[in-house]
Amino acid sequence: MNSLRSTEQSNKTGVISAVTVHSSRRKSDKLVPLLMLLPSVAAIAIFVYGFIAWTGYVSLSEWNTLVTDFSFAGLDNYKFLFQDFRFQSDLRNTLMFTVLFILGAMVIGLFLAVMVDRKVRGEAFFRNIFIFPMALSFVVTGVVWQWILNPTTGINLILKSIGVNNVPNWFVSTDIVPKIHVGQIEFGLPVAIISVALAAIWQMSGFAMAMYLAGLRGIPDDLREAARVDGASERQVLQKVILPQLRPITMSLIIILAHISLKIFDLVYAMTGPGAMFVTDVPGVYMFETTFRGNHYAQGAGIAIIMLLLVSLLIVPYLVSNMRKGEG
Amino acid sequence: MQRFNRALMYVTLVILAVLFLVPVYIMLVTSVKGLDEITLDRMWQLPNSFSLAGYEQAFTKLVPNLTNSFLLAIPATLISSILGSMNGYILAKWRFKGSDVLFTIMLFGMFIPYQSVLIPLIQFMQKINLYNTIPGLILVHVVYGLPICTLMFRNFYVGVPTEVLEAAKIDGGGFFGIYRYVMVPLSLTGFVVVAIWQFTSIWNEFLFAVTLTSQKQQPIMVALQNLSGSQIVQWNVQMAGALLAALPTLLVYVFLSRYFIRGLLAGSIKG
Repeated sequence: MNSLRSTEQSNKTGVISAVTVHSSRRKSDKLVPLLMLLPSVAAIAIFVYGFIAWTGYVSLSEWNTLVTDFSFAGLDNYKFLFQDFRFQSDLRNTLMFTVLFILGAMVIGLFLAVMVDRKVRGEAFFRNIFIFPMALSFVVTGVVWQWILNPTTGINLILKSIGVNNVPNWFVSTDIVPKIHVGQIEFGLPVAIISVALAAIWQMSGFAMAMYLAGLRGIPDDLREAARVDGASERQVLQKVILPQLRPITMSLIIILAHISLKIFDLVYAMTGPGAMFVTDVPGVYMFETTFRGNHYAQGAGIAIIMLLLVSLLIVPYLVSNMRKGEG
Repeated sequence: MQRFNRALMYVTLVILAVLFLVPVYIMLVTSVKGLDEITLDRMWQLPNSFSLAGYEQAFTKLVPNLTNSFLLAIPATLISSILGSMNGYILAKWRFKGSDVLFTIMLFGMFIPYQSVLIPLIQFMQKINLYNTIPGLILVHVVYGLPICTLMFRNFYVGVPTEVLEAAKIDGGGFFGIYRYVMVPLSLTGFVVVAIWQFTSIWNEFLFAVTLTSQKQQPIMVALQNLSGSQIVQWNVQMAGALLAALPTLLVYVFLSRYFIRGLLAGSIKG
């Protein structure tokens, strides 16, 4: 408002002063935005990049007790981790969890989206029910699902009442199928991780649905009509017309869900914890416990850096390609 | 056949909707059961009598933490929305050489596992005397919320036609004038979307909360986790607690789901 008024005044005083105001503003025009952006850029430079560098430094140190010790340890902490039973279990669990979680959330999300998109009555109602778990905290989800999937309570009570005697052990199970001995651990799918994945799928498939729904709405109706006129069945329309159009969304979804899965901490921590034989342990939980309960700061930093590298493998290409698209 | 297919579809949708609501059912019925009714064989049944004892206990236990969460989430949401809108305005409408690269570098901050900044962050907060304080948590959430808020507002402002901006400039609008009198009024929806997103994320956040605070300063999610982790707390109290902890974000969702979903999609950059 001030600047608006000042130009009005300078217009009254004459053309020459108006021109000088204009040129001096031009300079400030470039400077002011930079100055206004500076605090945020500085904050991110310190809190994101600076702190990551510091964590990297800690991960190369001997600081594995309460007493801060920055003497150089080389890659000792990483060597320890990759030979550690718990960390090897974490990597296996993360891999299995990621696959189950992404597949489950995407398939259910797509299925829901295709159905909700067919102009159903009460569309908003259904959509809201499938998305509402997204508004909850992973902690709340963990607390509730811990009870639903507890082998002595919850679902098993229903299963028993309909005559199933061999009820599953859910997240208490220590089974791993198939058991292939690799390094320190048995490689395979830990049955207990399925329970955690179920809770996560419940929470996130609404997100997948929302993404797919937005994608479906973006496909012009003519395209479907044209295929139908050409004699394609509904199934063919879905397979040959709709799904290929949704491919970019599927790519984004995989990247977003995978990065959530690699970082996951609160759900596991609230629902199961590390579990017996670490069958439900993940790097996020290990990092938290070893750093803040065990005071192994350097090892914790090592886990954090490995998590960051894994996430970066997915996110950096995604960000770069998004940037290129933005420029083009 | 067509009609049969549609009927089948409705049946499937209803079954799925019911399945999705099972956890809510369990939370609700358990939370209003009295002590004598929270036995395993009655877990899935509706309560015989309605009891608020669970809520009373949960509420007395959690009320300080609920207060903490409001004191944390509201200021942090406001500050990060304002900063995000300014950043988004600059990165969308006052581009400079390298601004797209800078934006991408900023965005990376929203994807990192926060474990990778946690150890220095705690040391830093201790040094500036904000460790174990609500203002400390506000600072943390504002800083780590910057990338997503900037992203949402930038995408919003990119859609504002350049002509509008040019017209405002010809009228003598400067950097702040255009922001205050053109961009802000145009982006009120954007503010609602971002504010809802930030409030929900900050309210639900756990990792920073559990590592940066203890005891009296703990936000609600940490308190809920402690409540459910303790063996002596009854199930009705735990479920009532979970529901109380979820209530603010659930209410926001119920009344403003349209904006919530927009935020959900905005967070995924551009699909």
